[in-house]
Amino acid sequence: MCLAIPGKILSITNDDQLLRSGRVRFGGVVKEVNLAFVPEAGIDDYVIVHAGFAIGKLDEKEAMQVFEYLKEISEFGDAEVEPR
Amino acid sequence: MKFLDEYRDAGACRKVADLIAHTTTKPWTIMEICGGQTHSIVKYGIDELLPKEITLVHGPGCPVCVTSVELIDKAIEIASKPNVIFCSFGDMLRVPGTKTDLLSVKAAGGELRIVYSPLDALEIARREIHKQVVFFAVGFETTAPANAMAVYQALKQGVSNFSMLVSHVLVPPAIEAILSSPGNRVQGFLAAGHVCTVMGYKEYEPIARKYGVPIVVTGFEPLDILQGIQIVVRQLEGGRAEVENQYSRSVRRDGNEPAQKLITEVFCVVSRKWRGLGEIAQSGLGLKEKHREYDAEQCFGLADMKIEESTECISGQILQGVRKPKECPAFGVRCTPEHPLGATMVSSEGTCAAYYRYRRHGNLISN
Repeated sequence: MCLAIPGKILSITNDDQLLRSGRVRFGGVVKEVNLAFVPEAGIDDYVIVHAGFAIGKLDEKEAMQVFEYLKEISEFGDAEVEPR
Repeated sequence: MKFLDEYRDAGACRKVADLIAHTTTKPWTIMEICGGQTHSIVKYGIDELLPKEITLVHGPGCPVCVTSVELIDKAIEIASKPNVIFCSFGDMLRVPGTKTDLLSVKAAGGELRIVYSPLDALEIARREIHKQVVFFAVGFETTAPANAMAVYQALKQGVSNFSMLVSHVLVPPAIEAILSSPGNRVQGFLAAGHVCTVMGYKEYEPIARKYGVPIVVTGFEPLDILQGIQIVVRQLEGGRAEVENQYSRSVRRDGNEPAQKLITEVFCVVSRKWRGLGEIAQSGLGLKEKHREYDAEQCFGLADMKIEESTECISGQILQGVRKPKECPAFGVRCTPEHPLGATMVSSEGTCAAYYRYRRHGNLISN
């Protein structure tokens, strides 16, 4: 029910404050999404969408953290993380 | 898809699972609150990648599951009226009320529409001005901004044939109810990433301190969930109980402030009955007094209708993580997704439905 999926803003179709909306691409599907809650998001930004509303803008730098962490672990050598 | 596929990488998942196994020295019980996470865990077999010391129990975070029988019966009552178009998210239609469900109302000629967004229901109200259009507003904090916006737009645009049957629930009071229950065995939580995208995670900090439990805000993909578990285990093993944020690509500590502002404008905190858990104080959202003209319970004179639950379903214990679906004698026999006895079997995010879909024949690998 709290399912929300990431999509890329292709265009802003209405810039009125409450009705702010845009076309957002999810893989091969494009939908009109309300963008009133993400005033900071613009074209080419990724937003997370639930029930027709963008509820947050995705942070590309934060998104890489887990992979950087995993890379660090690997650099320490696999012996460090072998299961008991 | 970007921001999804890379978090489903099997090699990365195995690395984190190995790290968890390496860190774990004692038995720990961890609850994921959100039904979406339960679905991922069972679907991808994440629990089976974990060392035997770690038990995952599944929490009450499926709003379809926890909506009270009383509200389902109210929905059925409203949807059965002539001149009403009743709009709902699809998974509410098969939730059993006392005698019937919404899908049967539709089969008997009731005008029910499945919508993707509350704004779709508002659009129907704009078009069908001679009908009363009612939206079944269920959900956790994630859905509250969307529902608040529908009421706000109705008000601003003078749409007077639109109302909402509100069944909003809040996560932090449910966590507190679980932690203060005498049978509680949960030692750490994965908090729901999309609830926190809206609300932030400040309100979890006093809970972590008061009950001495780690709470880790976690996403929904397999790698997110494994990393969330790894952070909880690292805290438990290190004797810490803090709030940490695994899902930082979407969640900030303060959450989404414009969304919170609109929620506060439209809704107020109220006590709410949870299916299987009973009434929890200050655990839901209801429309503010100044918006009561959009409150379907008021519009249709149902505010005083009271209905008590009675069923052989053990969903209350399932929702608190006290029992697992296979411990229920009705599971997969008298209770299936086609004929659910209780709500945890109805929604695909319900624990029983997830086990039925992915586990009823046992596990092919480990059995």
